[in-house]
Amino acid sequence: MKRYDALVLGAGHNGLTTAAFLARAGLRVLCLEKNDYIGGAAVSRNLYKDWIYSNCSYVCSLLRPEIFRALELERHGLQITPFGGSLTFMENGDYFGSYHDPAVAYREMVRHSRRDADAYVRYRADTRRQCRLIRDFLLTTPPDPTSFRAADLRALKAIGGKLAELDEMQMYDTLRFWTSSVADFLSEYFETDVIKAALSGSGIIGTALGVYSPGTAYVLLHHYMGDIDGNVGAWGYARGGMGAVSNALAGAFRAAGGELRTEAGVSQILVKKGKVSGVVLDNDEEIEADVVVSAMDVKRTFLDCMQASDLPGSFRHRIEHFKIRGSSGKLNIALDGLPEFPALPKGSPLYHADMHFIDSLSRMERAYDDWKDGAWSADPYIDMVIPTMTDPTMAPPGKHFMSCFVQYCPHKLQGRDWTQPEREAFAQTVIDQIARYSPNFKDLILHVEIRTPEDIEAEIGITEGNIFHGELTLDQLLFNRPVPGFSQYRAPVSGLYLCGSSTHPGGGVMAAPGANAAREILRDLKRPNPVPPSYEDD
Amino acid sequence: MSASQVAQGRLVTPFYSRQRELDTLNRWHEWKGYTVADAFYCAELEYFAIRNATAVFDLTPMTKYRIRGVDATAYLDRLMTRDMYGLAVGRVAYAVWCNDAGQVLDDGTVFRLGEHDYRLCSQERHFDWLCASAAGFDVEVVHETAEIAALAVQGPTSFSTLERMGLGDVRSLKPFDLMSVDYAGTPIVVSRTGFTGDLGYEVWLPPILAEAFWDDLFTAGAPVGIRAIGGDALELARIEAGYLVAGVDFLPADEIVRPGRGRSPLELGLEWLVDFGKPHFNGRRALAEEWRTGPRRRFVRLDVDGNKPARDAYIYARPGGGKQVGFVTSAAWSPVCKRSIALGTVDARYGKPGDTLWVEIYYNQEMRWRRKMARASVVEGPFWDPPRRRTTPPVPY
Repeated sequence: MKRYDALVLGAGHNGLTTAAFLARAGLRVLCLEKNDYIGGAAVSRNLYKDWIYSNCSYVCSLLRPEIFRALELERHGLQITPFGGSLTFMENGDYFGSYHDPAVAYREMVRHSRRDADAYVRYRADTRRQCRLIRDFLLTTPPDPTSFRAADLRALKAIGGKLAELDEMQMYDTLRFWTSSVADFLSEYFETDVIKAALSGSGIIGTALGVYSPGTAYVLLHHYMGDIDGNVGAWGYARGGMGAVSNALAGAFRAAGGELRTEAGVSQILVKKGKVSGVVLDNDEEIEADVVVSAMDVKRTFLDCMQASDLPGSFRHRIEHFKIRGSSGKLNIALDGLPEFPALPKGSPLYHADMHFIDSLSRMERAYDDWKDGAWSADPYIDMVIPTMTDPTMAPPGKHFMSCFVQYCPHKLQGRDWTQPEREAFAQTVIDQIARYSPNFKDLILHVEIRTPEDIEAEIGITEGNIFHGELTLDQLLFNRPVPGFSQYRAPVSGLYLCGSSTHPGGGVMAAPGANAAREILRDLKRPNPVPPSYEDD
Repeated sequence: MSASQVAQGRLVTPFYSRQRELDTLNRWHEWKGYTVADAFYCAELEYFAIRNATAVFDLTPMTKYRIRGVDATAYLDRLMTRDMYGLAVGRVAYAVWCNDAGQVLDDGTVFRLGEHDYRLCSQERHFDWLCASAAGFDVEVVHETAEIAALAVQGPTSFSTLERMGLGDVRSLKPFDLMSVDYAGTPIVVSRTGFTGDLGYEVWLPPILAEAFWDDLFTAGAPVGIRAIGGDALELARIEAGYLVAGVDFLPADEIVRPGRGRSPLELGLEWLVDFGKPHFNGRRALAEEWRTGPRRRFVRLDVDGNKPARDAYIYARPGGGKQVGFVTSAAWSPVCKRSIALGTVDARYGKPGDTLWVEIYYNQEMRWRRKMARASVVEGPFWDPPRRRTTPPVPY
């Protein structure tokens, strides 16, 4: 039987990133994927005729440029194209747009509120200051504040140094920022409902929290801290769909000699004498390795794929209580043509933007109330994009692909499984909301893929279909992610590591957890480190 | 005779009316007497039209000469450093030409339109030099910049755009091919050429057809993402492609005041364009001597560490600085390669492919100047060179 130096469980973008760096360091690496396609939640699926669906993740900003460059992803076919803009439709027939060009963006804000337009300067500086704090730490392993090892002390000192650059008031504000709600935070700057609603979306996407829940201001930051070519906060598409990210990473992995196996789900991680020894696949095949790296979320890794007796009880208890809750669903739609939005001027560049249909914080919060009751939102927050406006490769000429990220949508309906009529009713809620702003939308629909959190969990394997592999709140961030004492990508079993989004710095198609994990593994193996450091001063 | 006066202010190209309609920024610059756009709506997004869809750039102001006559081939072979007899009818060649001292006057493209019929496109104006060089050859050199409207149609869906337009047998055009096609009853020229390093074409037509052609082109390209672009977007794409610009990466020899500031083709990485097998060409003796003794400088393409563009940076051989060995002439952050890239000139002893050099980058960070010595690897060939650039027939996107 062939023996590997390392097995990576899950061929999502983080698993492939870890696998590529380990292979580059000279390890014999096998990456195992349960589905018959790779990519996890960064996939391009051909589910209807010639349409390509980014049917899970659908936009890209966080992918670290250092990793892109180190793995030469452009040579493996990855191109990220920004779409530039955002749009919120209002119930009164108006809209609020944000544009790539700052002068145009300013004029549009003045159309709604001159005061808010000017306040935006202060808002941008304050959020960028917070981004600057966190961006330097994306490609670093969080220090363990309780250890007194030199590496941890150095890393703590680096964080302290960053904080010490702030003045007194900025330090207070930083603490408030990390703990306050996005609604409260935005209200300190803006007076206009639609502007607050438009900006608040980034505070709740992917979380099971509402705009008034403490901790959502940080989630806003999580969506702002990425960049495209130095434009911090810009978002774009992977040309050919999000699967292009995974395919490029797989290309880099294979080019470094790595092996990939699909339809090879792992049922059990094997432990012998307190040390990992390999895995058992769903078909009972056993594969041995010295190192096993799980890209799966922590609940799936430790609760579903390991014997309880192989783990410390207190650790298992913490994992059981790790917050990872399904809160969002998706509709992927093939369209026969471009829907018209009469609120927009003909040919408006905002047809390229991501579109939203909720224009106040109170509507945002009501959408969350429905979720708390175990139902999908009757008036949901939708992050809707038409990638084919920008990317000509995803549908035949003149036809379009539409991706609707829908929040809130529970994992179970009042605690029970979804039925088919309920899935369809959920989809209808979303379609109806968009159709209120686009009279010809319904007539253009050729095919709809409905994805509830339950569907995403069943297909991708993420617990409750939570896109971030666990809530991004301060209690589960930095040295607390996933759980205290285990933030450095090492599991309590020797030779077992984590590289998925349950680890620092969390979810989004960022590849930083995967890169950080590879660096830690190679450090343990005393191998040279091919993982790049973070760009300075960016 | 009544007094006459030349046109005051900038000229406009035959596509100006259409570009004005699309323009949202009111940012224009001068190019050889014409007004052309820096950008129409956003330079950055326009750049992505080049790499992602179809970008349309108005290159009418490009200097164009028609060279006709039974000696046209012999004339060009004498003028250019490369062999021109090998250029078949229906083909395009990149070429440089030098003064007698072997210093580059300009680079450009030569289109062989017929047996004795060529078009030369260049950045600078050379009518005097071209006429003087014609002594003893049976050729006619005509300046035709204003008589030929020209558009670059570049990007991965540029083939689809032209094919949707029904423009002849574009499918079979290989890189550096040209063909005459019928448009509205008039023959126009389409060539598979460009300045972006990507799949792309250039279209050459009489100005009278310009507006109608633009309209048809944009109608055909709409479903595959066609966009007009300005000079800013093109500038970034050409650095990624590793192309030189006269006046930026070298100075035309006839403009230079101070000694030693010109460049030979050997110093610009263009030795492949110099054919010493030819009995004679302008600059041959000087270049042969330089070939024997070795060029003094070397053109380099640099992959620079970090994310700060190395604009106008000095180049050093060692991280600590010390002796300066060269300087950067063009630099950018490359969005497709996700790396900081630069073109530059160094002392010929340095900068072989694979060598490490150091660049001194200054940038202003909120009222504080920062200096960074960044490692720069010398790379061979263009930074961006996708397979679709060469694939024939081209892929649809």
